[in-house]
Amino acid sequence: MSVTMRDISTREAPGETERQPHAATDPAPAAAPRAIALRTEKLSAFYGAAQAVGDVDLTFEVGAVTAIIGPSGCGKSTLLRCLNRMHETTPGASATGRVRLGDVDVYAPATDPVEVRSMVGMVFQKPNPFPMMSVYDNVAAGPRLRGSKMSRREMDDLVERNLRRAALWDEVKDKLHRSGAALSGGQQQRLCIARALATDPSVLLMDEPCSALDPIATYKIEELVRELSHEVTIVIVTHNMQQASRVSERTAFMLAADDGIGRLIEFGKTDDLFTLPRDPRTEAYITGRFG
Amino acid sequence: MAVTAITRASAIPARHRVVARRRVAQGLVVGLLLLATLAAVALLVTILGYVIVKGLPAINLAFFTERPRPFGEVGGGIAPALLGTVILAAASGAIAIPVGIAAAIFVVEYRSGRFAAPVRFAAELIAGLPSIVIGVFVWAFLVRGLVGHFSAIAGAVALAVIMVPIVARTVEEVLRLVPNSLREAALALGAPRWRVILSIVLPTARAGVLTAAILALARSAGETAPLLLTALGNDFLSTDLLRPIGALPLQIYRYALSPYDDWHAKAWGASLVLVVVIGAVGVLVRVVARQRVR
Repeated sequence: MSVTMRDISTREAPGETERQPHAATDPAPAAAPRAIALRTEKLSAFYGAAQAVGDVDLTFEVGAVTAIIGPSGCGKSTLLRCLNRMHETTPGASATGRVRLGDVDVYAPATDPVEVRSMVGMVFQKPNPFPMMSVYDNVAAGPRLRGSKMSRREMDDLVERNLRRAALWDEVKDKLHRSGAALSGGQQQRLCIARALATDPSVLLMDEPCSALDPIATYKIEELVRELSHEVTIVIVTHNMQQASRVSERTAFMLAADDGIGRLIEFGKTDDLFTLPRDPRTEAYITGRFG
Repeated sequence: MAVTAITRASAIPARHRVVARRRVAQGLVVGLLLLATLAAVALLVTILGYVIVKGLPAINLAFFTERPRPFGEVGGGIAPALLGTVILAAASGAIAIPVGIAAAIFVVEYRSGRFAAPVRFAAELIAGLPSIVIGVFVWAFLVRGLVGHFSAIAGAVALAVIMVPIVARTVEEVLRLVPNSLREAALALGAPRWRVILSIVLPTARAGVLTAAILALARSAGETAPLLLTALGNDFLSTDLLRPIGALPLQIYRYALSPYDDWHAKAWGASLVLVVVIGAVGVLVRVVARQRVR
C-alpha cells in the first residue's frame, strides 16, 4: 500500500485559473472569495498497475457543496475515496499527487490516515448502519471507535445533536435503542449521515448517497445536504445530473478517456456548467448524448 | 388444428415410447435415491437405537456421581470422566479458540499480507493430520518432555491442536460474511484497523464465531486416540492440570476393553452420555446459528 509522493515541489496556488476556466469569473457578486477547505493537485489513483484517475486538480470551497458528475467508470468514486485516504484500504490501490485539507498535507508520510478520516466524514452509496448496534450506538460509534471517554450525558447530547443535524431526531427519538437496521432505507442513510457528522468532520464526502433510495427519501437527503452545507464542506458524487444541479454550487465533470483513466474535463459553477458548458464533451454528457 | 392433428398422428407412438422410457428412468433414479437415503437414515437410527437400548440400563443417578469401582463391586460411575471432559474442554478451548480466531482474523482482515496464504495452508495441513499423530507429538513434547508425565494439560494441548484449524477455518468463513461496507464505514469514521476488527467485525460475526467454538469443542469431546497418549485417564476426581485426568471417550475405551459384562454395560452407558452431550451441543449450535440470521 505504498503511496508515493510526487510533485512535492509543485507551486501552491498559481496555474489554477488556467485549469479551471470558470474560476476567473467565480467570485460571487459582492462576496469575497471563500476559503478553500480541500484541494487536490495532480491527484492520480491506481488499482495495482491500472490507473483509474489522472492528474486531477480541484478545489473545494468551505461551506459549499461541490458535485462530481460523470458516467460510470469515470473514476469519480475513486477520486472521492482518495480525499480521505479510503482508496488505499482496497488491496493493491495507491495514489500519487497531493491532497491538502486546510493546512494538512493528506498524503504526507507523517500524516496518519486514521486522523485524516476523522476530519473527513464519508457517506456511502448503500446505507450501511452497523446492524448489531442501536440507533444511538450507531451515532456514538465514531467517537467510541476513536476511544472517546465521554460521559453518558455528553454522549446523549452528541447523539441528539447529530441526529437533529441529520433531520432524523423526530423520527427516531422514541426508538433510540432499537436496531439501526430496522429503519427504512432513507432513515438508515440519514443515520449514516448523523454517524459521520458525529466525529465533527470539516468535510463530508458523499458517494452517490441517494442511488439506493426512493424519490421521497432522495428529496429529504438533498434538503439535508443543502442545509448542512452551511456548517460543513460537502463533496457529493452523483450520476444524477438533476441532483447535482439541485444541491451543488460547483460541479466537476469527469470522463474516462479511451485509456480508461478518468480525468477532470470541466469544473465550474454548477449553473454555468449546466447552461454554458465550455467543453463539447461536457455538453454531450449533460444533454444525454452519452453516459 | 385439424391439419396439425393429422401431421402429428404419425409421431404419437414414438412420443409414447419416449415418455414411457422417461417415466421408468425417473422411477428408477428416485427409487435408488430413496434407497440410499433410507440406508443412511437406517444406519443412524440403528446406531442411536442400539446405544440407547444398550446404554439406558446402565444409567442412574449414581452413574453420574460415583467414581469407577474395581471389578466385582456393585455400582460405580463415570463422574471423573465427566469432570475430566469438562475440564479438558475448558482448557483446550481456552488455548485453541483465541488462537484459531486470531489466525482467522489474520487471514481475512490482513489478506494483503504475504503470510495469509501460508497460514491457511498450515491450518489445512494440521486439520488433515490423523489425531493419533498429534497425540504422539504431544506425548513426545510434553509427556516425555516439558511436563515429564501424563497430564491433563498435555491432553488439553493435544485437543487444542485438533481444534485450532477447525476454529480458524470456520471463523474465516464467518468473517468473510461480514459485509465489507461495515469495515469501510468504521474506517471512514477514523477508527484504527484493530478497533474495526474488535468493535465491528467480531461483534457482527459473534454468533458465527460462537458456533465455530462450540463445533470445535464438540469435535474434540469425542477424540480418544490423542488422549490415550496424553491425559491417560484417572479413576479419581481430579482437577489438577498437571496430573492425569479422565475423559468420557477414555472411560468408554477402558470399560469396553475389559472382559466384564458389567463394565461393558457401563461402556454403553458412557457412550450414551457422550452421544447425548454432543447431540445437545449440536442443537445449541443450531439455536445460536439461527440467531445470526435474525
